[in-house]
Amino acid sequence: MSRSEAAPDPSRELRPPVGEDGAPSGGGAARRGGPGTAGGPARRAGRAATWAGRAAGGLAGGAVRVFLVVAALFWLLPTLGLLLSSLVSPTDLNAGGWWQVFGAPSRLTADNYERLLANETITSSLLNTFAIAVPATLLVLALGSLAGYAFAWLEFPGRDWLFLVVVGLLVVPVQVALIPVSELFGTIGLFETTAGVVLFHTAFGLPFAVFLLRNFFAEIPRELLEAARLDGAGELRLFTRVVLPLGGPAIASLGIFQFLWVWNDMLVALVFADSANPPITVALQQQVRQFGNNIDVLAPGAFLSMVVPLAVFFAFQRQFVTGVMAGAVK
Amino acid sequence: MTAPAAHGLSAEARRRRLVAAAFLLPALVLLGALVVQPIGYSLYRSFFDRSGDVFVGGDNYREIFADDGIRTALKNTAVWVVLAPATATALGLIFAVLTERVRWGTAFKLLVFMPMAISMLAAGIIFRLVYDHDPDRGVANAVWVGVHDTFAQSSAFPKARPGRDSPLADAGGGAFVTREPVRAGSPVLLPLVGVAPEALPEGTRAAGTPAAAAGEVTGTVWQDFTRGGGGATNVVDGGEQGFSGMRIEAVKDGRVVDTATSRADGTFTLSAKADGALLRLPAANFREAYGGVEWLGPALVTPAVIGAYVWMWAGFAMVLIGAGLAAVPRELLEAARVDGANEWQVFRRITVPLLAPLLAVVLVTLVINVMKIFDLVFVIAPGAVQDDANVLALQLYRTSFGTDADPGLGSAIAVLLLLLVIPVMLLNIRRLRKEGAR
Repeated sequence: MSRSEAAPDPSRELRPPVGEDGAPSGGGAARRGGPGTAGGPARRAGRAATWAGRAAGGLAGGAVRVFLVVAALFWLLPTLGLLLSSLVSPTDLNAGGWWQVFGAPSRLTADNYERLLANETITSSLLNTFAIAVPATLLVLALGSLAGYAFAWLEFPGRDWLFLVVVGLLVVPVQVALIPVSELFGTIGLFETTAGVVLFHTAFGLPFAVFLLRNFFAEIPRELLEAARLDGAGELRLFTRVVLPLGGPAIASLGIFQFLWVWNDMLVALVFADSANPPITVALQQQVRQFGNNIDVLAPGAFLSMVVPLAVFFAFQRQFVTGVMAGAVK
Repeated sequence: MTAPAAHGLSAEARRRRLVAAAFLLPALVLLGALVVQPIGYSLYRSFFDRSGDVFVGGDNYREIFADDGIRTALKNTAVWVVLAPATATALGLIFAVLTERVRWGTAFKLLVFMPMAISMLAAGIIFRLVYDHDPDRGVANAVWVGVHDTFAQSSAFPKARPGRDSPLADAGGGAFVTREPVRAGSPVLLPLVGVAPEALPEGTRAAGTPAAAAGEVTGTVWQDFTRGGGGATNVVDGGEQGFSGMRIEAVKDGRVVDTATSRADGTFTLSAKADGALLRLPAANFREAYGGVEWLGPALVTPAVIGAYVWMWAGFAMVLIGAGLAAVPRELLEAARVDGANEWQVFRRITVPLLAPLLAVVLVTLVINVMKIFDLVFVIAPGAVQDDANVLALQLYRTSFGTDADPGLGSAIAVLLLLLVIPVMLLNIRRLRKEGAR
């Protein structure tokens, strides 16, 4: 996930629900093409297809299937390789590739994980990652929805102009801020602190958050807000009781996106986090230098760092896909 | 919009502005301090030298294009921008179209999209393992070597060669051939030297003396070297090892008339057809073991890392394109099919043109993303080839931090990176204004 909003209007992407089954993407399309498969809808419709035509169609369908199976293998094997490597003792791994486990399943062992979980550096780095990702997500959600509401429903001079500036900031690469912010943090004593990393992630998450939420909040029917105002609700009450509940889906997608973004980040942590007490990505990166010799740390460590993102991915597929498609792009 | 109210600011209007400020301020302060201010500061800093005290004008920018290391980074970034987005988008398009035709399309999409959830660090470690040079560890080389060896088997005797006064002569191309034609009934000796005893294949036995057999050409191919010395040249002495599995060809007038493979004790038997032929030990017996491709060597490291990137991001393209595909009116495709268009024509003439704007969006998004690529290169490229794999964002990191940091030059690279993405920023703003006007 990169920090640049290139194009697709998130608010628009947000609306068409991404398939009730929660499948990533055009679940609808997949369903439509689902039953019947090979021949294509027309042939299924019972057009008088000749036998030869059907055979040709079947052949093409077979080729499609073979191609997709090969592609699926390409996508599966790298991750499977890491998983199996993490489940084999270093001695066995040096004796032969992870694929030999298929012939000798008894070699599988959880020893690497046991040793890893006993490793203070790794466990504390996982906690550090949580300590960074959770506040950075909550802060972005809070500040982003406040500002999004202001841009959508409050009137003040220069509103549209200011919003355009925020949108412009979407594509600013984090790299631009590394030197200036490290000097700034150095002066105010935030350099190499968790708070510094959190603030940095929050700042760079905000343009997308404001953009997404303003567009989503702007779709709330005006009558709803007017009615609440007439009932004497103040802006804060309006915001918490009307806007936030209605904005739930967008806020959820944004939260998941931001959480994964921060969880998976390495560059920002590399620069701003306490190098003696780093998050998991940096802790593992420090091990990569001796790649050949410590696969027994790297493989299970990488897998451990993937558990949370993958769990989020499978649990919240729809929100995840929506978030990625909207902000993706960020 | 509130301009008229600005004059006679009523208490109500003032209260409203205060509320708006309260809602906005936290976000704006953070954005100002950590995003806007750094842009200005980077620009300013880029005109000063390493220490920050001496104004050097455009020197840092000139340095970007003069320094060999940074030039490599620029060149590689260009390679990335050309290759990675196009490949990922093309694959995404193909996957999106094809998955509509199989029942397990959804599962396939899930699998291909999954890497989007994991960190570039994890993906980097995954691919560092895939590309490992050792065919016993990296699956890429394991497959490559496997395919290679199927067509050109490596041998157990890469260093074997004829000794002094050998009846064998170099036949060119790594093969050896007997100087004299062989006769049926009189055993042939093919002595070789040069193979380390511990390098001999398993199951090797002491060389056997061939028995003379009428109507057959028999012989021995063996290591004509007695451990500890004392053996006679070109004679099978006790304790000398046979070469098992050696391929022997009988050649008459340039044509192979018969072949044999030596037994565990190095003996072999050819039929009567070999009578009067020259015996040749083809080059295949002496080929060096094939080690596979050096994926992470200086030449291939950038394409290899791009491969890992495509693995991560093809799913993104696929999902966006799949959503666009779902919106393509089916009747249009049906009509074309009824008119006799085949699937390729439907794809080429209808689907792709209809999706063109979306494809452009995906492509631009990926281009922006690729310009800032850092983690993957940093993790996958081993330290020794990191100079060859260098990209702008990595160069920026290396220039700005560490023992030999030059914040002036680093800031200049940062400004360059920002300039590269500004066109997209303007595009975004313009689109937004157009939508606002609507």
